[in-house]
Amino acid sequence: MVDLEEIGAAIKRQIPDAVVTVEDLSGGGDHLQVNVVSKAFGGLNLIRQHQLVYEALKTELASEAIHALALNTTTPN
Amino acid sequence: MDSIIKARIETLINSSPIMVFMKGTKLMPQCGFSNNVVQILNSLGLSFETFDVLSDMEIRQGIKDYSNWPTIPQVYVKGEFIGGSDILIEMYNSGELREKLEIALAS
Repeated sequence: MVDLEEIGAAIKRQIPDAVVTVEDLSGGGDHLQVNVVSKAFGGLNLIRQHQLVYEALKTELASEAIHALALNTTTPN
Repeated sequence: MDSIIKARIETLINSSPIMVFMKGTKLMPQCGFSNNVVQILNSLGLSFETFDVLSDMEIRQGIKDYSNWPTIPQVYVKGEFIGGSDILIEMYNSGELREKLEIALAS
């Protein structure tokens, strides 16, 4: 079970200009849809973009507090 | 990472042109994300091998360290990590996946 605000805050600590939306898909707080928009993704392939976000959520993912994470990363247009 | 585990992982990765580390098997995926990958590769009519990480904790954790990618499934093509469920869906929808796989498998 994770706090959705904390997920957004953790990502912003790693990617300061990020605009983050976090949606709880299952109501149980462990199946999340996360969308992140940031200039930091510019020029990075999808793997590198997602790794940036995963880096911010390393503990939650390792402990499986987040069991399932659907992730979408884009640059602001 | 322990060199024996690393060697095991590299053997598995190179055991098939397309190798999927997933939860469950092709016929019995145990997770929606793993199932996404199986369905995408099936719909492209490609043959691929899988490894059920639920059957081996060493590989389940080791593969995450190996690719610096904390989630399962993970897809490897000719030894190269190309992504998990989200990335495969995005590449499939853009048509990039078919192209990338055809090039990789032709070489």
